[in-house]
Amino acid sequence: MNLSRKAFLRVSCFSLLGAAMRKTAAAFGSTFSRKVQWGMAVDIRKCARRPECTACIDVCDQAHNVPRVPDKRHEVRWIWKDTPEHAFEGEDFRYSSIAKLPVMLMCNHCDDPPCVRVCPTQATWKREDGIVAMDWHRCIGCRYCMAACPYESRSFNWVDPRPYIKTANPEFPTRTKGVVEKCTFCVERISQGREPACVEACPEKALIFGNVMDANSEIRRMLSSRDHVTRKPELGTGPNVFYLL
Amino acid sequence: MRDRPVIYGGLAVFLAVITLPFWRGIESGVTTKGPELARPATARQCVASTEFMKSSHMLLLMEMRDQAVRSGDPWYVGAGHGTYTISLTGTCLEQCHGSKTEFCDRCHDYAGVAPGCWSCHLDAGHSTGSLTAMRSSR
Amino acid sequence: MFLVEKALTGSKSYWRWMLILAAVIATGFVFYLRQLDYGLGITGLNRDVTWGLYIAQFTFFVGVAASAVMVVLPYYLHNFKVFAKITILGEFLAIAAVTMCMLFIFADMGQPARVLNVLLYPTLHSMMFWDMVSLAGYLLLNAVIAWATLTAERNGTAPARWVKPVILLSIPWAVSIHTVTAFLYAGLPGRPLWLTAVLAPRFLASAFASGPALLILLCLLIARVTKTQAPRESIQKIAVIVTYAMVANVFLILMEFFTALYSGVPEHREPFQYMFTGLEGHARLTPWMWTSVILAAISLVLLIVPRYRTNPRLLPIACGIVFVSLWIDKGIGLIVAGFVPSPLGVVPDYVPTLPEVLIVAGIWGVGMFILTVFYKIVIAIRPEPFAGHAGA
Repeated sequence: MNLSRKAFLRVSCFSLLGAAMRKTAAAFGSTFSRKVQWGMAVDIRKCARRPECTACIDVCDQAHNVPRVPDKRHEVRWIWKDTPEHAFEGEDFRYSSIAKLPVMLMCNHCDDPPCVRVCPTQATWKREDGIVAMDWHRCIGCRYCMAACPYESRSFNWVDPRPYIKTANPEFPTRTKGVVEKCTFCVERISQGREPACVEACPEKALIFGNVMDANSEIRRMLSSRDHVTRKPELGTGPNVFYLL
Repeated sequence: MRDRPVIYGGLAVFLAVITLPFWRGIESGVTTKGPELARPATARQCVASTEFMKSSHMLLLMEMRDQAVRSGDPWYVGAGHGTYTISLTGTCLEQCHGSKTEFCDRCHDYAGVAPGCWSCHLDAGHSTGSLTAMRSSR
Repeated sequence: MFLVEKALTGSKSYWRWMLILAAVIATGFVFYLRQLDYGLGITGLNRDVTWGLYIAQFTFFVGVAASAVMVVLPYYLHNFKVFAKITILGEFLAIAAVTMCMLFIFADMGQPARVLNVLLYPTLHSMMFWDMVSLAGYLLLNAVIAWATLTAERNGTAPARWVKPVILLSIPWAVSIHTVTAFLYAGLPGRPLWLTAVLAPRFLASAFASGPALLILLCLLIARVTKTQAPRESIQKIAVIVTYAMVANVFLILMEFFTALYSGVPEHREPFQYMFTGLEGHARLTPWMWTSVILAAISLVLLIVPRYRTNPRLLPIACGIVFVSLWIDKGIGLIVAGFVPSPLGVVPDYVPTLPEVLIVAGIWGVGMFILTVFYKIVIAIRPEPFAGHAGA
């Protein structure tokens, strides 16, 4: 290849610019070219048939070695149960028929996740399949993602979690103190073609998992036939966990 | 030369401090022979040659880690064209090398390195035991 | 060569002071080691209030660091000779403050050993990356400038020609560090208290009040220690800067109050309620915030009325009040209240623990230690630190 200095500079400038633009587009990007976006539909009423049931929480905590820290201030949670008042903060469900029903909360795997935008090391990032993943090897524990997440879906290991794991699952690592963790839609199971553990464990089949980019998927059929809400849609994060009313 | 005792005293302290690792080595009976490694639990083909693993297993582990975590691809094709599930506990330990204490720790202790792997990844042998005990043993 | 030798000789009280600082630093360090071992659970931080004293103090001291520009700019851009002897003090204050900022960030990290990941995986869309770049750059700029100008002064020569452009660069850079620090907060969707375009201007205004106020106090202290004349004219000029900045700061805070309270939008109103009246029975910040407000009001009276501002007895009091008021406002209130109520509508509590406070004290100790060493060098080179210009 024979390049003049000028041509070389031109080419390198343009390629740098191109790379920068692609990066920027990815940073601000949403689902513009995504073919897969895993999502979850939560059927609030089905779930409420068993108000005492914690099957999804238990199986998730067991599968991912989520510690049960007794001190609520240091609690770690991937999927948890909360009131509609907390889950849909800013909405008014006081007089609605779901006012008293429990709501399962987890990471929304947003289209445009603020946690990914702010993470200084890309320890959390949006995968090709739309999952907001975590790299616990890289997390520096700055907790910027926790300040950025408007759903409180992220937990920090304020102390060593191991003493609070009763029976550990050797197939999955624990975390070390000083890193942030959250629901990952069971990336380890998805790579084996399996559904998330919570979906499998739910006795009422109240959790529906699937590709929301695929118009023929079960989750899409469910969403087109039922009224649903997402959490704080006004923030522009584009949650991919939908609540069927 | 009133300073002489101070100078020699200081020199002696300096020598004692910089040779401390040698004394500690002799005290704990370290030899140049290196540790005996327990042989893998089940003989099978290997992910890479022994020589490579001796010198560069940490690089391989990093590569596998990045592939599994960042690219979401948990299948690693080894030197012998065998395919492995990338899993430090499930594959490296359980399938190939047996226990952490008999294999990993022997060399790491000998070399005086403390890799951070085990503050998250579990030693299969301890999976049902007390994790607190494991922590304090490290 | 680095002039450090000048700090190695001193009076008995100098050594006593350094020994006290060393003890404070050592205490903080011991507790930091405990935090390293136990985890950040040793602090009062929790899953709802994830940033507290460390990050709030960081924010405050970025302001102190940026404020050096308030003496550098008039001197180098407007050739305002009155500040000739003061600029170096401002630059050294900036170095000490930036160092403290970095230590506060470090103390707040869950995995401090991995800090280099920020450089190994530079992430242009993260404001934290830019904050690290701008802070490190500002530290470097001020270190180079201070060293070059001070060495030249000792040798009785003019600073090298390349120093001037570096100084000019440091001026917008100072503004940038505090702007980027405000951007850390002002771009987060779920934290309504911080989600305001006024945050960066407000940060700059409070910085240009608190930093120069501290500088006045430091000048008076140096004059007393060296038993020389305080630079009355420079101090009066800086006092005017403090006055304007404090007025601007209070004005901007009132703007925030109006929008949040008059609009009545709960998510904007509630953090202010939490700060000033308490929310759902949680009112831990209330006494602090009222102290800050009352002190701010007193300081405005003392600063705006010329008779009080020019009174050499009252001015240091006014400066101290400004510093404490803004320290509470920015170094505690703004960061903690940003987490209240939580995005789920829970009103959490946060009370710093003793280890946390001692670690913060240790970092203050480091800052004061650095500052003392630097100012000692200045005094050693200039036995009469402020002599040589009008008003001395």
